Amino acid sequence: MGLFILRRLGVMILTAICLTFIVFFLTNLQPNLEKLAKTQGEMRMSDEQVERWLANRGYDQPLPIKYGEWLGVWPSKIIETDDGRTYGRCLETDVSIEDAPRFCGVIQGDWGFSTVFRDKVSSIIATRLSLTGKLMFWVMVLMIPSALLIGVLAGMREGSRTDRSLSTLSIATTATPEYVSGVIFIAIFAASASPLNQWLASMDWIEGRTLFKGTATSAMESANFNNFFLPVLTISLYGMGYIARMTRASMAEVMTAQYIRTARLKGVSFPNIVVKHALRNALIAPFTVIMLQIPWLLNGVVIVETLFNYKGFGWVLVQAAGNNDIELLLGVSVVSVIVVLITQLISDIGYVYLNPRISVS
Amino acid sequence: MEPLSWGAIFAGMFTQLTPVWVALIATFTLSIIYKRRLGLYGKLFDSTIGMIGFALVMFWVFVAIFGAMDMILTHDPLSQVSGMKNKVPGTALRGAEDGDYAYYLLGGDNLARDIFSRVMGGATIVILIAPLATLFAYMVGITLGLPAGYYGGHFDTALSFVANLVLAFPVILLFYLLVTPEIVNTGLPQYMAIVLFFFPLVFFAVLINTRLKEQPQKNMVWLCAALIPMAILYVVTINAPGTKIDLLGPLDFFNPASGILVVFVSVVFVNSPTVFRIVRGLTLDIKQRDYVAAAQTRGEGAWYIMLWEILPNARGPLIVDFCLRIGYTTILLGTLGFFGLGLPPESPDWGSTINEGRKLLSIYLHPALPPALALLSLVLGLNLLADGLREESLRD
Repeated sequence: MGLFILRRLGVMILTAICLTFIVFFLTNLQPNLEKLAKTQGEMRMSDEQVERWLANRGYDQPLPIKYGEWLGVWPSKIIETDDGRTYGRCLETDVSIEDAPRFCGVIQGDWGFSTVFRDKVSSIIATRLSLTGKLMFWVMVLMIPSALLIGVLAGMREGSRTDRSLSTLSIATTATPEYVSGVIFIAIFAASASPLNQWLASMDWIEGRTLFKGTATSAMESANFNNFFLPVLTISLYGMGYIARMTRASMAEVMTAQYIRTARLKGVSFPNIVVKHALRNALIAPFTVIMLQIPWLLNGVVIVETLFNYKGFGWVLVQAAGNNDIELLLGVSVVSVIVVLITQLISDIGYVYLNPRISVS
Repeated sequence: MEPLSWGAIFAGMFTQLTPVWVALIATFTLSIIYKRRLGLYGKLFDSTIGMIGFALVMFWVFVAIFGAMDMILTHDPLSQVSGMKNKVPGTALRGAEDGDYAYYLLGGDNLARDIFSRVMGGATIVILIAPLATLFAYMVGITLGLPAGYYGGHFDTALSFVANLVLAFPVILLFYLLVTPEIVNTGLPQYMAIVLFFFPLVFFAVLINTRLKEQPQKNMVWLCAALIPMAILYVVTINAPGTKIDLLGPLDFFNPASGILVVFVSVVFVNSPTVFRIVRGLTLDIKQRDYVAAAQTRGEGAWYIMLWEILPNARGPLIVDFCLRIGYTTILLGTLGFFGLGLPPESPDWGSTINEGRKLLSIYLHPALPPALALLSLVLGLNLLADGLREESLRD
């Protein structure tokens, strides 16, 4: 088991290095750098000025060296600009050039500086990730129990009317991407022009003009049902259908097993069979699916945070990518790759623990 | 003129869609009459879910076809009519002349364009790109997944690593990195197109060559018939004037609209690793079967076994996944549009239209809802169709 985890960790680090290098390569292509110079410096810079701007900030070095500097395996270069100022990754205002460390990369814990937010990448990612964590927590709280409930109810009597309608419902939710369901929810529940809200307001049943808020910006400080439910519902709905279908399939399979038949013939009541005998075995497969669903939720997070203007991790991704903020983008991709790979690892290990019939080696 | 009531709006849309209804009824009548002779396709008409899904999918396919033939659209999806900005559904067209359709059936958007025509016109783009991109992703996935599963070893390890690498990327980040104008100017998507679009050529060349190796003359005829048109298409698709790859000059007779090739390439790129993994898994399973061992004993070549023994026996799960994947590709296309990437901003595809409509959503509901419902119904139809196919193919 230890060796298995070690090997997986090795692959993980290799994957992360490859991916960050690809991101690094794409963001450091010449047109992207020119765009960065023009947005950060001045829109009407001449080509010469652009080149000087880039050279002053060390963007003109060869790609592997720049990547090595970012990673922290290559000493960072200290550049003296024409107007006498010095610039380098390691230099800060209160440290003299002699005292500054030579290596300032991710390995040393220095994630660099965001050109868009003018702040340290590590602090941006920490604050934004905690906001997204709050969102994800409530998504999990809503999504997992309801998905498992739907799956178990549908799978315990395969082919029944409950099964048919619940299965169709879960197909419908997997067919609704977040930007569709989000728009529909806002239109129905959060738009003052919606007939539902107008009716509710005319009956004086709601404070304000809408049932829910269409933006979740205020939820960043104080989340409540009113401003946070719609984004949470939008993300959970898309993932819910898939988990429910997996649970249903696994439940239906367990219900045909020999020991269930034995229990039925012994005269155990149906609810008892479902809860005591079938449920535990039926929940092994959904566990893996839930873990593997987390990377997909990341996608939903980006869409929903953009749609509801909730300034979390996904929103930062869009801002960083839209403005070619190289170091922030690298930080974002490292975090998301780690999330993806760790969930895969947990799902593999958890699967082994839950199912004694499988061994890693 | 008075604005139309909701009943009149639906009646108007219903009459406007007449060719679609006729085609749908014809398809269903013919298919149900001959369903016993049509194999898996015919069996689809035994399952209600499958039929509903098929109807939804075919509805949009016919809308796309007749929309492209200009039989459905009431107005030009790109033209703006002054005074029609954000007008509610059923508003009469201001200053309508003879021959103009007198109403905006689903209202006007924030640039005063007809929403009904935009949604119906958007179907053409979606129906054109999504299945074709999925098909290309399948070609790539099959051509690489079969040998990876069949041979195993270092080849498999390397390819699986690359596939997992692409899958570990958040899709939206990948899109942002590939589809921005700066990257497009470097020609990177075109280089990717050179690689990705080459796989169908390889696939068909090997497919024909393994089957007809014993009959060289027939082999040559078939190879030429299949490969020469494909090679020409390949070259003219990749070649585009004014970019890094412009070798043909005036000979280049086919140029997809700006942005479409880029979107197409990135969607194929995102989809093919998953297809690769599915095909590889199926191959690992099927290569243990007796008929594969029999073919090996007969002395058949490895590629013959892969393409003519393993692939046909993997078709069930692959067809089901193909339907699901078209739906997923549609969602991806919408995501691209939603973030305003790739396609030109005035393009009527559903993702872009939703993105534009959502900005004023709290005041005007009507611009965003029709494209959202259109996308929902197409993807739902594809999912139901896949479910029906799975049920019917499991039955025997």
